[in-house]
Amino acid sequence: MSGPSTYKPSTGFERWLDQRLPIVRLGWDSFVDFPTPRNLNYWYTFGGILAVCLMTQIITGIVLAMHYVPHVDHAFASVERIMRDVNYGWLIRYIHANGASMFFLAVYLHIVRGLYYGSYKSPREILWILGVVIYLLMMAAAFMGYVLPWGQMSFWGAMVITNLIGSLPIIGGPITELLWGGFTVGNPTLNRFFSLHYLIPFLIAGAVILHIWALHVPGNGNPTGISVKSSRDTLPFHPYYTVKDGFAIVVFMLVFAFFVFYWPNALGHADNYIEANPLATPAHIVPEWYLLPFYAILRAVPDKLMGVLLMFGSIGILFILPWLDTSKVRSMRYRPMAKWFFIFFVVSALILGICGAMNPDDPSPFFGMSYLWVARIFTAYYFAYFLVILPLLGFIEKPKPRPASIEEAVLGPRAHAAPAAAE
Amino acid sequence: MTDVNPSPEGHGQEPSRRDFIYIAAGGAAAIGGAFLLWPFIDQMNPAADTLAVSTTEVNLADVAEGEQLTVMYQGKPTFVRHRTAEEVAAARETGPNQIPDGDSRNLNLVEGSDATDQHRSAMAAGVRDGVEVDATLRERFIIMLANCTHLGCVPVGQSGDYHGWYCPCHGSHYDTAGRIRRGPAPENLHIPPYTFLSGTTIRIG
Ligand code: HEM
Ligand code: FES
Repeated sequence: MSGPSTYKPSTGFERWLDQRLPIVRLGWDSFVDFPTPRNLNYWYTFGGILAVCLMTQIITGIVLAMHYVPHVDHAFASVERIMRDVNYGWLIRYIHANGASMFFLAVYLHIVRGLYYGSYKSPREILWILGVVIYLLMMAAAFMGYVLPWGQMSFWGAMVITNLIGSLPIIGGPITELLWGGFTVGNPTLNRFFSLHYLIPFLIAGAVILHIWALHVPGNGNPTGISVKSSRDTLPFHPYYTVKDGFAIVVFMLVFAFFVFYWPNALGHADNYIEANPLATPAHIVPEWYLLPFYAILRAVPDKLMGVLLMFGSIGILFILPWLDTSKVRSMRYRPMAKWFFIFFVVSALILGICGAMNPDDPSPFFGMSYLWVARIFTAYYFAYFLVILPLLGFIEKPKPRPASIEEAVLGPRAHAAPAAAE
Repeated sequence: MTDVNPSPEGHGQEPSRRDFIYIAAGGAAAIGGAFLLWPFIDQMNPAADTLAVSTTEVNLADVAEGEQLTVMYQGKPTFVRHRTAEEVAAARETGPNQIPDGDSRNLNLVEGSDATDQHRSAMAAGVRDGVEVDATLRERFIIMLANCTHLGCVPVGQSGDYHGWYCPCHGSHYDTAGRIRRGPAPENLHIPPYTFLSGTTIRIG
């Protein structure tokens, strides 16, 4: 959809600049006149929300770094000082800490949108893969950020996650020592995690630019999954979607502000307000909520190495999803079977999250089965969805009739009968 | 290599001097780059001062029967446990072939020694020349790294199904000789190298 540019420099200065650095033209073609399907719903606003989240983390993070001390003897105290003594330090830290949760909330909704509307399918495979790369970088950034306050959860979370890598045969041991910079999690570890925590958000910003570039080649997908066929299917990005995205951002900010001002520690863990003690592990260690499903998958397997491989596989599988889903129909609106398997997939991911938070040996309300076994069942479904269900459904399922065009989907079958959908 | 200024028509002919320089320079840059990469990776490994702080001395007389001291060795918590006679007896009832990990995991012994209680306790440690150590003391004491061999949490002493150590993180049970009996941990708690400097002091590392 990146057609000929419609930018017209209106002043002499703009003409002068345009011949030397066509940056205004780039902005105009990308965010003002960009032709956007006219039927995007609110599920499509999370991209803009995510951009705001990234900016928020970078700005608050840079400010925190002005007061934070990356040393095992001072890190915890420096964060307490941010909370008590630094002017508005509490606000900035609460924005940053809750901002990470909000970021993940938005990215999960964004991913779920993509899974439902088939956004990963041709011609958007690279766009999808870049999204998975961003998601992985976010997890790395959040994991290392959580280590920085050097509380009990910081320390023992770092211990457990770095030891996971140690389970890889042969290379595992040397790699963990390389990560630690010592014989265990310690000051060198904290220092490098701070350095990398500062770096990764900027790598994310780079990946986001590629992500948007890859988006602007085929243009946005849309809830019908039908490709844009004529200019009657689209609207200019501004003002239609600047306003829609803007409204969604405001609503999202209300939720964000609610947590920051009224419930700032709800998503954290009380043990992280106890300074790290390498001699005593808290009775119950759990990762942050957004990593719980993967933690449940890790523990579902009795073998240490297999658990690690399965956990990484559960994310790695997203990279090949565009080739696992064999259906030609993008949107699950028109896929009567896939839709239900998908809904059940989302439910299983949530249940896995619950399992990750619980003690694996405790009985669950699910027929009194232990959480370990619940996690095993839903882990099996998680993988079956990608490896069995989606590949087979493309052959079994009979899709529902689709509208001929986006315009028809929005305005009903009116005058101009467009040619039948060729996706 | 006679063709110094190749023309487009020159394709498919003998490689020119420019081709040679191009490949040689590219190869040198690639190999040089690979060599330069190593310092940037290796700087992450433990630094010389980290490697230097590597021994810890403990006075066993401070640890009464039934007590456990946790000391730091190379930044790692290390258990120094004075076991009771019953605990030693319980550990001796179980042989290395009745447990998941039959290896002593003891750096004071040759690799592959089996996980008998004798091989796990201070009986396996070295003694400085001319020093006498009480035999009961040696069979009672056990010195082990405190990090669970699953993912590194510190197990809680005198608990679990085998009354040794229990790791709360993912439920590993160790017996009174620190050997894994049940749970996800793959190996017995590791035993660092240590020697008796006198009848009651040891140096770990
Ligand atoms: C992708 C964007 C980012 C994410 C997801 C993220 C996430 C986190 C998380 C989860 C924490 C722990 C919060 C707590 O419990 O205290 C944290 C702490 C911290 N982050 Fe970030 N962060 C991001 C970007 C940045 C940037 C760009 C900087 C700039 C240097 C930064 C600097 C810090 C500092 C200094 C701390 C320690 C202070 C504290 O714990 O509040 N972060 N980050
Ligand atoms: S770390 Fe001890 S059981 Fe997992």
